[in-house]
Amino acid sequence: MDKTTNQKAWFLVLPVLILVAFSAVIPLMTVVNYAFQDTFGNNVFFWAGLSWFEDLLGSQRLWDAFYRQIAFSAIILAIEVPLGIIVALNMPKKGFWASVCLVLMSLPLLIPWNVVGTIWQVFARVDIGLLGYTLDAIGIEFNYTQNFWAAWITIIVMDVWHWTSLVALLAYAGLQSIPDAYYQAAKIDQASRWAVFRYIEFPKMLGVLMIAILLRFMDSFMIYTEPFVVTGGGPGNATTLLSIDLVKMALGQFDLGPAAAFSIMYFLVILAVSWVFYTVMTNLDKRDAQ
Amino acid sequence: MADATATRAETRSLSLPRVNGRAVVMILYLVFLMLPIYWLLNMSLKTNSEILGGLTLWPQTLTFANYVTILTDPAWYMGYVNSIIYVTMNTVISVTVALPAAYAFSRYNFMGDKHLFFWLLTNRMAPPAVFALPFFQLYSSVGLFDTHIAVALAHTLFNVPLAVWILEGFMRGVPKEIDETAYIDGYSFPRFFVKIFMPLVASGIGVTAFFCFMFSWVELLLSRTLTSVDAKPIAATMTRTVGASGVDWGVLAAAGVLTIIPGALVIWFVRNYIAKGFALGRV
Repeated sequence: MDKTTNQKAWFLVLPVLILVAFSAVIPLMTVVNYAFQDTFGNNVFFWAGLSWFEDLLGSQRLWDAFYRQIAFSAIILAIEVPLGIIVALNMPKKGFWASVCLVLMSLPLLIPWNVVGTIWQVFARVDIGLLGYTLDAIGIEFNYTQNFWAAWITIIVMDVWHWTSLVALLAYAGLQSIPDAYYQAAKIDQASRWAVFRYIEFPKMLGVLMIAILLRFMDSFMIYTEPFVVTGGGPGNATTLLSIDLVKMALGQFDLGPAAAFSIMYFLVILAVSWVFYTVMTNLDKRDAQ
Repeated sequence: MADATATRAETRSLSLPRVNGRAVVMILYLVFLMLPIYWLLNMSLKTNSEILGGLTLWPQTLTFANYVTILTDPAWYMGYVNSIIYVTMNTVISVTVALPAAYAFSRYNFMGDKHLFFWLLTNRMAPPAVFALPFFQLYSSVGLFDTHIAVALAHTLFNVPLAVWILEGFMRGVPKEIDETAYIDGYSFPRFFVKIFMPLVASGIGVTAFFCFMFSWVELLLSRTLTSVDAKPIAATMTRTVGASGVDWGVLAAAGVLTIIPGALVIWFVRNYIAKGFALGRV
């Protein structure tokens, strides 16, 4: 749609601007403030320059959490995106069963995050959980509070359970926008199933898939509640992802300086990656519009 | 003609669950999704001795005692009341401020509009863990700690951008000629917006409200950090089940089931918009 240029539109945006300034900019400025200062208590602060950042970049703890986070996000993206596409391709296209699928698939997305954690914490327990009990019964030792691999598998399966539907729903929305004529043309050309996917379905899905990947990257990168409820970051530090580490530092130990410096770097990483995705996304939009 | 019949026949066969590859994939996936939820529901209807006594696939001695515990103890059910209060406040605030802004983004070019739009999105990207401490200090210093409004305002951090994005997506679909005709007919902007435009995007407003409600409902880190007693959300109340004598599994499961219900109740109405909502109005 052609938009008219009208600077008065700023007045319409003003309420949002004020609200977001209050709930985002002021807190962020506090963080920036702490990141460059040190204190001996009693609210006396002095300039610390970049020392917190230097400390953090030299600390093994931060890098370990960072690598764990990268590994986590990479693994869940590698599972959820293909699985989501497969599910979307197999969903009924319309009718009652399509609605049933939509509703059932959305259900995990609407459960409070700590309840998701609780569900899996119970489900994977060897004594009272269906999954843990079954695995134990067939002779697989599965103890996510003690074993490194069991803990990781639990949080990854939990995330796949929680969020694959999001990818599937978006991919499905993309598929729905393909006119029937495309499929009929493919049929006349006797295109193989793979060719239909590669040249018709995939290009149409690409735009929404980018959104799905962007959202899944962002959310998995700042995941806190679910793994915290299940493993508490353990065993040892095995599942201490970035957010868990940050909350430990900021609210547990009250190390304001390092926590603030950590926050800034954390936010910048997410921002940078999201900006790349966003640019690709808007360019795809433009290409589609042409 | 033959084409049309073929399409119709195909449609009919797709809407029935036949034994074919597609159905098998879907059923496997849905079973995977439902199993943990079934297990939670199953546990919530058992006594603790049965839960710990051994694995049973359905309750041998069906009991609603766990639900009765929650619904009769104020310490428990106030958790739900608190959650509902701040979630509702947040939804009202988010949708109200987002409506004019979304209209501006969908209709006008103005200085810095694209940057502003992206900047709004960056707030959706901000990890709550980054904001937990500064929010705690900000709301403590203005005396709002442990109030519903504090949590409601904190959640606007990600819900206002969400609301603006979804509404913008819906408003783009309304032809601009409608605005122009209304102005020619002598409507003032506020009157046009409330009387004509808002009814046109009513479904969009409903969907946006649903998503604001949902995202505020599922968030725990911020709401837990900003409350202690008076405004404690249900999600944080659930830690009460860990007592001296171990975990009260039955009540924990029942509390979990009760948090799923609000979403499950309304999801049927928004099923066709759910992808659009999660994608911030971009589908």
